[in-house]
Amino acid sequence: MQVTLRIRRFNPETDAKAYWQEYQVEVEPTDRLLDALNQIKWYQDGTLTFRRSCAHGICGSDAMTINHVNRLACKALMQDLGKKVTVEPLRGFPVIKDLVVDMEPFFEKYRSVKPYFITYDPDPPVERYQSMEERARFDDTTKCILCGACTGSCPSFWGNPDYIGPAAIVQAHRFIFDSRDQGANERLAILNDRNGVWRCRTIFNCVGACPREIDVTRAIGEVKKLLLFNRMV
Amino acid sequence: MYHSFDAVIVGAGGAGLRAALELGPVGSVAVLSKLYPTRSHTGAAQGGIGAALGNVEEDLWEWHAFDTVKGGDYLVDQDAAEIMAQEAIETVYELEHWGLPFDRTPDGRIAQRPFGGHTHHFGQGPVRRSCYAADRTGHMILQTLYQQCVRHNVRFFDEYHVLDLLIHDGAACGVIAYQIATGEIHTFRAKAVLFATGGMGRMFKITSNAHALTGDGPAIALRRGVPLEDMEFFQFHPTGIYKMGILITEAVRGEGGVLLNGEGERFMERYSPTLLDLAPRDIISRAIYLEVQAGRGIDGKDYVHLDASHLGRKAVEAKLPDIADFCRTYLGIDPAVEPMPVQPTAHYAMGGIPTDTDGRVVVDDKNTPLPGFYAAGECACVSVHGANRLGTNSLVDLVVFGRRAGRDMARYIREHDFVPLPADPTCEACDEIDRLLYGDGDESVADIRRELQEVMMDKVGVFRIEAQMQAAVDKICELQERYRRVSIQDRGKRFNTDLLEAIELGYLLDLAQVTAESALARRESRGAHSREDFPERDDENWLKHTLAYRTEKGIELKYKPVTITRFEPKPRTY
Repeated sequence: MQVTLRIRRFNPETDAKAYWQEYQVEVEPTDRLLDALNQIKWYQDGTLTFRRSCAHGICGSDAMTINHVNRLACKALMQDLGKKVTVEPLRGFPVIKDLVVDMEPFFEKYRSVKPYFITYDPDPPVERYQSMEERARFDDTTKCILCGACTGSCPSFWGNPDYIGPAAIVQAHRFIFDSRDQGANERLAILNDRNGVWRCRTIFNCVGACPREIDVTRAIGEVKKLLLFNRMV
Repeated sequence: MYHSFDAVIVGAGGAGLRAALELGPVGSVAVLSKLYPTRSHTGAAQGGIGAALGNVEEDLWEWHAFDTVKGGDYLVDQDAAEIMAQEAIETVYELEHWGLPFDRTPDGRIAQRPFGGHTHHFGQGPVRRSCYAADRTGHMILQTLYQQCVRHNVRFFDEYHVLDLLIHDGAACGVIAYQIATGEIHTFRAKAVLFATGGMGRMFKITSNAHALTGDGPAIALRRGVPLEDMEFFQFHPTGIYKMGILITEAVRGEGGVLLNGEGERFMERYSPTLLDLAPRDIISRAIYLEVQAGRGIDGKDYVHLDASHLGRKAVEAKLPDIADFCRTYLGIDPAVEPMPVQPTAHYAMGGIPTDTDGRVVVDDKNTPLPGFYAAGECACVSVHGANRLGTNSLVDLVVFGRRAGRDMARYIREHDFVPLPADPTCEACDEIDRLLYGDGDESVADIRRELQEVMMDKVGVFRIEAQMQAAVDKICELQERYRRVSIQDRGKRFNTDLLEAIELGYLLDLAQVTAESALARRESRGAHSREDFPERDDENWLKHTLAYRTEKGIELKYKPVTITRFEPKPRTY
């Protein structure tokens, strides 16, 4: 089938401002949007620029705004996107070129929540024990691939780029609710801030955007509840 | 721009990150990656990491070592396999101590499940050895290692594409890299350099490999005179999603899934009476081809079914959630109800940059090291995978030999000083960039790449025969010629992925040439190298590793012996 891709383009080297460019592509209904973008790049316009790697929703390289929703281009099938598809870079991120955005501020916030396992007890000679229930408690947030789709969909983040954003909170949640971890209070202190979890207005855009189907707003809510009612010691 | 570090690591997947964690406390280290580290393809590994923890049934590292050797059709260096099987255990515990969220047994230990070719009592029957986190084990390993690197303030250079390895006076002394965002060329001076650049599966049409897997490290090493070992052995994973190549983990079969042909027959009963659907990958991929050839594909087409519907929805959603998601997303089917259409997909290079068991790159049949140069992970060939890798052993390889390489580099940078850089170190890389940027030939990168991928898939795939491989060698030669005349459209400096794809195609062409020529020369069938004209393994003439050198006259092949410790080569049946 023939589709039209309407793509937001901007190359600061040559363009004064961003503009829309349209491409016609012949695709199979089951092709990924990434396949269509590759077709343009390989056979029509080599200057069209986007990130991609694994092409099946695991690496998180190709998050972009597709028909006004944040998704991975490799998990969006053409048959679900209609005859005219609008493609833009993630909102709220500085554009480097076309669909490529600067992820550095995003990763800076990620790093700020101590996104690593913290324990103060010596390691046992074998594994630490953990029950299946304790393991299940934080399973949802272990799935995050740091693609930025959630943070880039969040109106609170668009309005205030200092907001730490849903992805960083998801990363903190993964450790706070891990029974083996002993760094919860350190992370909660970081998140208990105007630009921490309290900037979340439970708009739920992040839940719809997450390609890993993480219940992001719920995770943020769990951190808020912990701060309000049940501070860990 | 110029940088100086004690150690430079190229590649931020499992092996590179694991090595970086050893080096941080000892000296200055830089990790260069053409992707953000969490995009590395380690994250796509699904089913598990093998280690004889014995958490759910008796297991011994000696059995793991034996399975590795037999799985590799006795081309494995057995000293390396023994080290890997032993150290697998402590490295898995180490990952758990860093917080890796393994699935758990009812008594709270790391859960384990069966995997292809992993057995108890030296081949008696399947054993539960694969330690896993649902079907996201690689994701968890990559995340955990990256988290530890963040914790220890490892210095990353994200989205830097390596272009050259610097060697002076017979020692490695740095790398040249291209900063993708700006187009700037950077010189990294170092006492020790580790290549951990991953796979090269993009030389094939149907592959489970990411677009980024273009063998940059091995190709650069080859161009700098380092040989590549055993490149003819490329693994085709039996269960890729039909036409797309996306990996469907062996854990589907580990959990009880079965392969069915067009007649609904569980055909592995005929090919592997003991291990059935958990036979090693080379054997199952061949079985699928033979079933298809005999007209027993599904509806006469070139695929078979992988059926997990009898496992029940609960097991599928709990143990294989990502697989279920892939099937829903890309096929519109529910694996808890319907079978999955699968075909073999190019998956893993057993061959690569030759190293010893400390990750030191060795350049001849005497295992002479190239001082300061290291390699680990898929881009390296230790060789622990021999002619065919067992499932789960890639993740074991990453952490065991990533760690060992990091430790030896730590020793090396303490004991050695910087070697002077060669005069004008960036000139060759800059010339190549300029040639590609400003070339005005009439050839396109996409066309050459597509033709390469097709010829490799058709003629250097699961089954091989002399005339076809010769045709592939000739075709690759023609493509290399045409590659000199490519031109690209994007001539800018900023995030020029048009240029990067052209550079990567050059790497793929060189590696395909080595793969095809090494395969053509090996006149036997062993592991993943299966020749219709030489169907038997020939230990008398071919129990040896290939070393392929690039010379002015073309590819020159030499050989080196296989290290055998305790497992005498025997016929390989399952």
